[in-house]
Amino acid sequence: MEASVQAETPEPVLEVADLRTVFRSRGSKVYAVNGVSFQLRRGELLGVVGESGSGKSVTMMSLMKLLPTPPAEIVSGRVRLGRRDLLSLAPKEMRKIRGGEVGFIFQDPMTSLNPVFTVGYQLMEPLRKHLGLSRGEARKRATELLSLVGIPSPQDRMNDYPHQFSGGMRQRVMIAIALACDPKVLIADEPTTALDVTIQAQILELVKSLRQKIGMSIIWITHDLGVVAGLADRVMVMYGGLVVEYASVDDLFAEPRHPYTRALLQTLPRPDDAGRHRLKSVGGQPPHLLAFPTSCPFAPRCPHAFDRCRRERPPLMPVGDGHEAACWWDFAAQGPRDDV
Amino acid sequence: MTSEPAVRGEEKEFGQADVLLRTKDLSMHFPIYKGILRRQVGAVRALDGVDLEVRRGRTLGLVGESGCGKSTTGRAILRLYEPTGGRIVFEGKDITHLRGDRLRLMRPRMQMIFQDPQACLNPRMTVGSIVAEPLDEHTTLKGRERDERIRELLDSVGLNPDFANRYPHEFSGGQRQRIGIARALALNPDFIVCDEPIAALDVSIQAQVVNLLQDLQDRFSLTYLFISHDLSMVRHLCDEVAVMYLGKVVELASRDLIYKSPMHPYTKALLSAVPVPEPEVERARQRVILKGDVPSPANPPSGCRFRTRCPVAFDRCAAEQPAWRKVADGRWVACHRAE
Repeated sequence: MEASVQAETPEPVLEVADLRTVFRSRGSKVYAVNGVSFQLRRGELLGVVGESGSGKSVTMMSLMKLLPTPPAEIVSGRVRLGRRDLLSLAPKEMRKIRGGEVGFIFQDPMTSLNPVFTVGYQLMEPLRKHLGLSRGEARKRATELLSLVGIPSPQDRMNDYPHQFSGGMRQRVMIAIALACDPKVLIADEPTTALDVTIQAQILELVKSLRQKIGMSIIWITHDLGVVAGLADRVMVMYGGLVVEYASVDDLFAEPRHPYTRALLQTLPRPDDAGRHRLKSVGGQPPHLLAFPTSCPFAPRCPHAFDRCRRERPPLMPVGDGHEAACWWDFAAQGPRDDV
Repeated sequence: MTSEPAVRGEEKEFGQADVLLRTKDLSMHFPIYKGILRRQVGAVRALDGVDLEVRRGRTLGLVGESGCGKSTTGRAILRLYEPTGGRIVFEGKDITHLRGDRLRLMRPRMQMIFQDPQACLNPRMTVGSIVAEPLDEHTTLKGRERDERIRELLDSVGLNPDFANRYPHEFSGGQRQRIGIARALALNPDFIVCDEPIAALDVSIQAQVVNLLQDLQDRFSLTYLFISHDLSMVRHLCDEVAVMYLGKVVELASRDLIYKSPMHPYTKALLSAVPVPEPEVERARQRVILKGDVPSPANPPSGCRFRTRCPVAFDRCAAEQPAWRKVADGRWVACHRAE
């Protein structure tokens, strides 16, 4: 299975620079995203990993301008999709892009489908709005999409309502809707978290086969490192609203260069676990984000932290070929970095 | 405390780990009512003949997908439900139909830790009164003694005893789960049902709670029924594992046997569906992908319940229910193919 086709064509489809989002509420501010930059290359699957509150969903919601303002406010940043800057687009233009050039799959398929419309109607809506297809054409295409995502007897299922589908089938419908207008970019926010493992395995197989058939660029948000290992080309690890590590999937698992990534990998029980030993655990709690981070957000929980980490926030710095980490500690030399 | 587990491990190998809790053919059917007269038209057969054995001082893992009856099993064992059929034997005593005071006297021996630490703590009670609730209900501890016990409990789960006057919302998810654990420990139980205790927690916090559960087991010689859908955590924590599908246990064996040589096709599929956090392994893997969804427990398939999704099903599976058979010492399986 050749998943990495991006080697020859590394041009970015989506480019995000210095994205910052804050939430204001009753006088206090929460700094949810604190300067996130990344590129999504054509045809690649970028995994975004982090715990709840690390800013992974807010980043993606911000760049699609899906957050209500107030309380959310995008303080700075540029989001380039092709030649346009999404953050400066008018709401009307933005609506064309959502569900058109950019498809979205959310975690919970029950709350993101409208219970009072048939699945067929919801699938035809973007086709008619974005592509201007007639009823008949839209119906034909919608049926094709349902069979593409592996729903049996799609003709009949078109007239069913969401509650008549099981969880896994609903998520397939969500994927069909997201794919309806041939998006350049697909953003999937924890799409398998609410599903059982055997159903998750079905969906992951589906996504792998769809990538081979249509080859789009995908951002896949998850907290499950196992899912990322099997699916992603490159991975971005987030903590405290910042990207702390960015690497190819092989480098990240073989040689994690940020203490948080290392900790995440170590806390997992290994598949060959013989049991009855203590798991390594990260002490402390994730940061509260009530102030803009001026020091390393992981420093209070980090086993390697030293003075500089509490004084100065490390930017993302190259640590290898296509591998970046935001850390003042050099794991190769087992000491503080002296080159920066 | 850290040197203890090794010693206990040896004990388990050679000692006569006796059975603390046993269920025999346990069933739990929830009636479905319909129409103006509320006539019973059927039943959700949440449990349909569950045979389990939990040995003293050990952990039995109960795994399966949502809706398979894991939690119902846990609750039925604790007698939070009135079982429809079968027997529950705790320390050699049949507790299936205990009532009134005799049931009340049993309660302190068996406790439960819940999944959602947000929902299982009353937001209007202080942590101290939450932890003390079982004490007030079942003991005569008062004043200074009661306060001491609260402090001791909070300390044993790694919380600052001075936090007794705070409210649940002041704590993080992992800390709240610790409060729930302290409450479960209050009456010195022998047996604790842990119902997905880590499912709602972040990865980095899960390890803390699992370590705590292990420490407490060693310290207070507890027996756990650990209900979870996280197969890697079950492998880490449990001595024996039972796999459930649609209201029945399909396989029960020691951890090593289940993970290294599963016999039931459902166990095999379940294990192969779990993503492994190693890119090379993941890419090379051949998965058993199950078709379709779990059938409704109100109308389960004839014969073997797994046959509709089973990759190796044959005629006999539709005609005849596979028997729950002992295939080796401490190894049970219900499958026609395993004969």
